[in-house]
Amino acid sequence: MDFQLGPDQRALRDGMRELLAGRFERERLRAAVEAPALDRVLWRELAEAGFFALRLPEADGGVGLGLPEAVLLMEETGRALLPGPLVACQLLAGAVDGVATGERIVALAETAGGPEPGAAPGPPPGAATGPEPGPDPGAPLWEHPADCDALIMLGGAKGADPVDQGRASGAYRSAAADVLCAPFASVDPLTPLARITNIARKTPLALDVPRLHREAALLTAAQQLGSAARTVEMAVTYAREREQFGAPIGSFQAVKHLCAQMLVRAEIARSAVYAASVTEGVLDATAAKLLADEAAVRNARECLQVHGGMGFTWESDVHLHLKRAWLRAARWGGAAAAEEALAAGLIA
Amino acid sequence: MDLTYTEEEEAFRARLRAWLAKVLPTLPARPAAADWPGRRAYDAAWQRMLYDAGYAGLHWPRDAGGQGATPTQHLIFLEETELAGAPYVGANFVGLLHAGPTIAVEGSPEQRARWLPPILRGDEIWCQGFSEPDAGSDLAALRTRAVRDGDAYVVTGSKIWTSHAEVADWCELLVRTDPGAPRHRGISWLAMPMDAPGVTVRPLRTLAGSTEFAELFLDEVRVPVGNRVGAENDGWRVTMVTLSFERGTAFVGEVVACRRVLGALARTARANGRWDDAVLRRGLGRLSAEFTALWRLTQWNVSEAQQCGGGVPGAGGSVFKLRYSHARQELYDAAAEVLGAGALDADREWVAGRLSSLSYTIAAGTSQIQQNIVAERILGLPKGR
Repeated sequence: MDFQLGPDQRALRDGMRELLAGRFERERLRAAVEAPALDRVLWRELAEAGFFALRLPEADGGVGLGLPEAVLLMEETGRALLPGPLVACQLLAGAVDGVATGERIVALAETAGGPEPGAAPGPPPGAATGPEPGPDPGAPLWEHPADCDALIMLGGAKGADPVDQGRASGAYRSAAADVLCAPFASVDPLTPLARITNIARKTPLALDVPRLHREAALLTAAQQLGSAARTVEMAVTYAREREQFGAPIGSFQAVKHLCAQMLVRAEIARSAVYAASVTEGVLDATAAKLLADEAAVRNARECLQVHGGMGFTWESDVHLHLKRAWLRAARWGGAAAAEEALAAGLIA
Repeated sequence: MDLTYTEEEEAFRARLRAWLAKVLPTLPARPAAADWPGRRAYDAAWQRMLYDAGYAGLHWPRDAGGQGATPTQHLIFLEETELAGAPYVGANFVGLLHAGPTIAVEGSPEQRARWLPPILRGDEIWCQGFSEPDAGSDLAALRTRAVRDGDAYVVTGSKIWTSHAEVADWCELLVRTDPGAPRHRGISWLAMPMDAPGVTVRPLRTLAGSTEFAELFLDEVRVPVGNRVGAENDGWRVTMVTLSFERGTAFVGEVVACRRVLGALARTARANGRWDDAVLRRGLGRLSAEFTALWRLTQWNVSEAQQCGGGVPGAGGSVFKLRYSHARQELYDAAAEVLGAGALDADREWVAGRLSSLSYTIAAGTSQIQQNIVAERILGLPKGR
C-alpha cells in the first residue's frame, strides 16, 4: 500500500497549477465574471496540454492516464474557478469528435433530476420565489448553452443510487440548435445556465451511462475539493493580514478554529476523493461527492465569514467559490440521494 | 496512489490471521471492568502471547527489542486484531505506546536493558503522571516538585487522569526540577516505582460509573537519580520526542470497530423499524461516508509515515483526531436514536459506548487545543489567545 501521490502525479498537478496561474490569472477570472463566454483559445490550449484526451489510450492520440490523474487535474480547475463544461468534455473526449482536440464543446445534462427523495420540492437555486411555483424542479439545466456545439442527455439513472443503476437508461446526442430552452438566471456568474424545455432531434449514443454518472460525480467532487482547499488558503491569507484590536485576526482563537475546521473538512474530502479515484467504486464516489460538496460549500461560507464585510462584496472572489460550489453540489446526486445510497450500502 | 497491499504485506496479514485464529479461542474469559487485578493479569497474559509469537513491540525499533515493522504492517496488525476480536493493548498502553518508546529513544543502555524487556513481555505495567489538577491543556504549568537529595529526587505534588495507576509498577513522571527556569526548561522525566513510600493512589470515578483512572498524591517520594531519562531539566523535550512523532496508527483499531458498530446499527434499525425514519437513515448514510473517509485518511497518514522513514509530525494526527472524535460521538448519538427507550438502559453496550465517547473530544488534547495546533503549525496562523 502506498496511498500518496507519486512523483509523476505531483508533477502533473504542479504543471496544471502553473498553466492555470499563467493563463487564467485573477484579471481573466474577473473578466469572465463580466463576460462569461468561454475562451476558445484557452480551451484549445487545455486540449493541447492533454486535458481532454487525458484518459484516452495513447494509440488513439490520448495521454493514456487514469482516473486518479483526471481527479488531480479537475481539482486544479476547481481551485482556479476555471469555467466551462470541463467534466463533460473530459468524459466525452472519446465519444464525440472534436472534443479531445478542443474544437468542439459539449455539455452533459441529466433528465432524471427531480426532487431528491425525502426533500420538499422547491425551486432550484436562482429560480423565482414567491407564490409562483417556478420552473419544474426536475427540469434539466444546461451549463454554458451558448458555448456548446452539442448536448448529451443522460436519461434514467440516478448516479448515486446503485439500485437505479440497472434501470433502462440511455445517452442521446443533440445539436445545440435542436435543444429548446427557457432562459434561466444562473446564480453563478461564471456558469450561464439554460432550462431545457424540449429537444427536437436526438441521436442515441452507445455509452456506459452508470459509469458516466459515477465518474461525473467523482470529477465534480474533485473540483469541489480544489475549491475547498483554495478557500482555506484565502481565509488564512486574509486572517494573517487583516488587523483588528491591534493584532492579526488570525491570532484570535475564534478565527483560528474556523480555519482549522476548514482544513479538516478539505483533508477529509481529499482522502475520500483520492481513494474513490483508485477504487472506482460507486459508493466510494458517492461518499466522495457528499463530503466534497460539504467541504466546498461550508468552506466557502466560513471563508466569507473570515473576510467579514469584504466577503459580502461582489469584488471579493469568495462568492464565486460559494456559488460554484452550490451549483456543483446540485449536480450528479445531491446530499439526500447520496446519504440514502450510502445507507442502503450499509445493509446490502 | 496504490491502495493494494504488497505480497509481503499480504503474507504478513495471512500469518497474523492464522495465528489469531489459533490462539484467540484459548484465551480465558475477560475479567469484569471493575476487577483491576484480573484485568492486569489478562492484559499481561495477552502481551506475553504476543511476545512469544514475535508480535510484541511490532513498531519498536529492533535495537530496542521490537520487530522494526513498517507503519503499514503496524496498520495491518491493528486492523486484523480488531477484526478478530483480540484483546486491546489495555494496561500495557503507556508502556508500549509512550514510556517504552521514550526510553528507547532517550534512555541510556542500562535504562533500556532494565525497562524495555519487561514491557515487551508484559511483566511490568506503566502508568503516566503528566497532567495535574492545575496543568491540563497547559501541561507546562505543572508544579510537582523534585528536589535533589544525594542520589535521589524527593518528589512532592499531585497528578491526575492516571490510567491503570492501581495496578502499575512504574509511572513515567514529569516533575519540576528548576522552579526558576522558563517553564518548559525546568522539567525532568523520571521513572517512579509505584510501590515507593509516599505514593497514594485514589481512583477517580468517570461519568460512565467506572474507575478508569486515578489521582496520584506524592508526598516526599524518593526516586533514584538514575531513574531520570534524559538530562535534568530536559524532560519537556524528552516527552515531546515521542508525543509529537506518530505513525498515523493511533486510532486504526477504533475506526475498524466504529465501522462494525455502524453496520450493526443499520441492521438493528432495519429489524426494529427505526429504519423507516428517513432522518435517522440518512444520518447513518452520512456516518458511513465519514468513517470511510477516516479509514482512507488513516491509510494516507500511514503511507506518509512510511515514506518519511517511520513517522510524521503530529499536526497531521490533529486533523484526524478532530474529525474522528466528533464522528465517534455522532455514531453513538445515532445508536441512541436506534435504541429508542433502550438508550436509557445503562447496561447496554452502545450506551456505555455513548458515555465513553464523551471523553474523545477532551482526552489527549481537547478539540480546542487541537484546533490551535492545526491553525498554528499547519496553517501558520500567529500565536495568540
